[in-house]
Amino acid sequence: MVSLSINGMLVKVPEGTTILEAAKHLNFRIPTLCHHDDLCVAGNCRVCVVEQLGAKALVAACAAPVSDGMQVLTNSLKVRSARKHIIELLLSEHNADCTKCYKNGKCELQDLSNEFAVGDHIFLDLNTIKDYTIDRFSPSIQKDDSKCIRCQRCVRTCEQLQGVNALTVAYKGEHQKISTFENLSMAEVICTNCGQCINRCPTGALVERTYLDEVWDAILDPDKHVVVQTAPAVRVGLGEELGLEPGKRVTGQMVAALKRLGFDSVLDTDFTADLTIMEEGTELLTRLKKALVDKDPDVALPMTTSCSPGWIKFIEHTFPEYLPNVSTCKSPQQMFGALAKTYYAKNRKLDPKDIVSVSIMPCTAKKYEADRPEMRSSGYKDVDYVLTTRELARMIKQAGVEFINLKEDKYDSIMGVSSGAGVIFGATGGVMEAALRTAYEIVTGREVPFEGLNIIPVRGMEGVKQASVLIEDCKEEWSFLNGVELKCAVAHGLVNARELMDGVKSGEINVHFIEVMACPGGCLGGGGQPIPTNEEIRRKRTEAIYAEDMSMAIRKSHENPEIVGIYKDFLGEPLGHKSHELLHTHYRERVRY
Amino acid sequence: MKSKHIKRVDLIFEKIECIDVLKKIVNMDPDAICQEILDSDLKGRGGAGFPTGLKWRFTAKEKDPVKYIVCNADEGEPGTFKDREILDQVPGKVFCGMAIAARAVGAKKGFVYLRGEYKFLVPKLNEELIKFHRTMDEFNQNFHIKIRLGSGAYICGEESALFESIEGKRGEPRNKPPYPTTSGLFGKPTLINNVETLVHTVMIMNYGAPHFRELGTKDSRGSKVFSISGDTPKAGIFELELGMTVDQFVNDFGDGDTKAVQVGGASGFCVPRKRFDETIIGFEGVPTGGSMKLFNSSRSMYNVLHNYLDFFTEESCGQCSPCRIGCQQLLKGVEAVKRGEKNSKYLDELVKLAKTMKRASKCGLGQSVGNAFGSIVENFKEEIIY
Repeated sequence: MVSLSINGMLVKVPEGTTILEAAKHLNFRIPTLCHHDDLCVAGNCRVCVVEQLGAKALVAACAAPVSDGMQVLTNSLKVRSARKHIIELLLSEHNADCTKCYKNGKCELQDLSNEFAVGDHIFLDLNTIKDYTIDRFSPSIQKDDSKCIRCQRCVRTCEQLQGVNALTVAYKGEHQKISTFENLSMAEVICTNCGQCINRCPTGALVERTYLDEVWDAILDPDKHVVVQTAPAVRVGLGEELGLEPGKRVTGQMVAALKRLGFDSVLDTDFTADLTIMEEGTELLTRLKKALVDKDPDVALPMTTSCSPGWIKFIEHTFPEYLPNVSTCKSPQQMFGALAKTYYAKNRKLDPKDIVSVSIMPCTAKKYEADRPEMRSSGYKDVDYVLTTRELARMIKQAGVEFINLKEDKYDSIMGVSSGAGVIFGATGGVMEAALRTAYEIVTGREVPFEGLNIIPVRGMEGVKQASVLIEDCKEEWSFLNGVELKCAVAHGLVNARELMDGVKSGEINVHFIEVMACPGGCLGGGGQPIPTNEEIRRKRTEAIYAEDMSMAIRKSHENPEIVGIYKDFLGEPLGHKSHELLHTHYRERVRY
Repeated sequence: MKSKHIKRVDLIFEKIECIDVLKKIVNMDPDAICQEILDSDLKGRGGAGFPTGLKWRFTAKEKDPVKYIVCNADEGEPGTFKDREILDQVPGKVFCGMAIAARAVGAKKGFVYLRGEYKFLVPKLNEELIKFHRTMDEFNQNFHIKIRLGSGAYICGEESALFESIEGKRGEPRNKPPYPTTSGLFGKPTLINNVETLVHTVMIMNYGAPHFRELGTKDSRGSKVFSISGDTPKAGIFELELGMTVDQFVNDFGDGDTKAVQVGGASGFCVPRKRFDETIIGFEGVPTGGSMKLFNSSRSMYNVLHNYLDFFTEESCGQCSPCRIGCQQLLKGVEAVKRGEKNSKYLDELVKLAKTMKRASKCGLGQSVGNAFGSIVENFKEEIIY
């Protein structure tokens, strides 16, 4: 333990603690901008400078480790004057068009300038003399350098959390900026559209491309029938954006709010999550049969999931040789979109051209996914608009809906009934768990041998998880699986996905089935979820997801009555002709540069 | 009182048999080498003036089996060109200095980080390296040196940015602590010294610490190579005894009309005529990495300042906000004052800003922008405003 004094008060903290953390023990908050709980220390904004008695210069509290007998002042005259200067400097370089900014009220720089009552305009405005253009080319992410404070959180996110390195620091001095390869637009580089950079950007420099106006136009057009689907993770995140504590489940209120916003039908992506399990589970078993019975040398194993569009773009760029291993299933969002304009239209006796299909996603990559040319199998754009959890909260506010007072409401039908297995798609390991619940039962006729159907080994925040299930006493048609130890691996965050795939490539990791979610913690930590994010918040959302699962009457995809219904009335059987036409697709290799 | 003339010294460029020095040190106890350097009171010749022996001992004490010796030859300070000459004239002594350091701290690998603009030296250095490695083999010493070229960024002369550059990353300074002696190149304990410092250690091991201490003052022992430029009839490279006043220096090197001397390049201090007498060139007064630039009365100090600020605005790595934005504000600020768009009081705001940059910047670059700015604005205010 190290003892030091902060503002004259003694505190004992473990060795290696930073001044910033030590100050928290004494309830002193030191302002920060470049610091983020999920990222390595940068120490480059310098807003957190404090005075260390005896030191020549001020020190960055986020980067400086404590030492015995250290005396620190966090609010001395020197500190105050330096801090105010730094905020003024940042503002002088920043496009402080706050009232018109998308992040107005949610900007860390704005908060700081408010706290320090900065308004003297000591320095010259540097922003107007620089030639900035806004990058609006990506369907997911909008990048505005004029609002960038060069804290490099996005760069560290892209490098350390995602291992993508689409964003990097370029040039030096006054020309230094956050850029991409050859200054290309975000749409033209290896960006996976995961939006983790948006989640960590302290200002309005990186935000999602918003489609709020388009959605409102559709809702308010009397000739359009607007259906909305909500992803599993939205229900455990939305509350945060509307003033509730992290980890609050707001499924019923969310449905009630969506109905008040004027959507004609409020449906659930969880339904197509269940459908994904049926298709993907069958696909896995088919591949296993080809490998084990037919001894087909060309069958691509391990099979990987395909729900996460960030992962899809990543594998297209980074591991194209493994594209045959990716499940041909579309993501639940896209399955939903394809069915909304076919199955749903038929059932409701609607002309698909009058249907506008909107999805609420915890994700920014879903915006890109919806725009893919592969996603038009209904004859129309399967999903017309994708909104993030944050955008939905904004809609709710715009419409004056008092969310907190809403009574719980129920999803409409058809395509609104789901199982607990569909819900856990929102957490890392969830797809794997849902698939095992169904596949094991299809093969053996018994429930998975885990207490309460909870497959704990695939849950949790470890970067790469591995688990296995021994298959015994199979039904006759699956007898070739007798004695097979079904091995699986789960990764979340693309840096972990890379590690996992490198392991597969080298032969170190030898499994049958792989689940990858591009975002830390899975979809609940997605790039469209409320800001801020950190491991604690993601843990709370995870708990909420599993609580939601436990609260469901049906917890296995194949027991969802609407799933049984859609196969009876429309699809026929998993991997059948209709499924292939609407629910499956293939992806293509993309260059890295 | 010192004599009117400054003592010329010829240690750095003196041709000696490095092999004899190496022969001596390979049989020496590493700690005794550190002690000899410590006894000499040698301070770093790159400009910061950290006691060299201390740095060596810190590195020697680290337990890691992998350690590095880095020779900082990224001579980028405007007006400094002595390391180029040293590398050109006596490259063997530079390598010899690295070998002594390696022996003292227990390192097996060394890097020379050479300024990109000095690329023309590479063939010569490589030729010398072949000889050096042969000698190392003869003495059964496992120490190997590689040359790495910079790409023209001034910031890469900052030690931790230099490490980043060698590691193949963008040259941005790191947070300190940890210091290089505990975690430097590739995260390993690293001893990094300036070219000239390393040559001095050769001469100290050759002639002994007392010989070195005979020259200079209590705080600034020994001699130093100066790069002298500007309004002087004797521009060039001179090795001089430390401890002279600027007045003595100007008497020797001035053109009779010197109004200011910039000591230490763009990151150093500007000494006006009225302070020539009282200002000692050395660690007790104004330290310098070697650059001495003389200005006579035909020069506009506004232009001098503008040139330095322009340089820093360009050469800041851009990583930390006080330096990146502060440099731009100082530059645009003095321009605005000159044009009359801001009144003279605005200079006071800028002086305060320079102070913040000194206190709050991440590395030595941002911390030293205020040196030239403060000293020029303080002493030549009229020239800045009118």
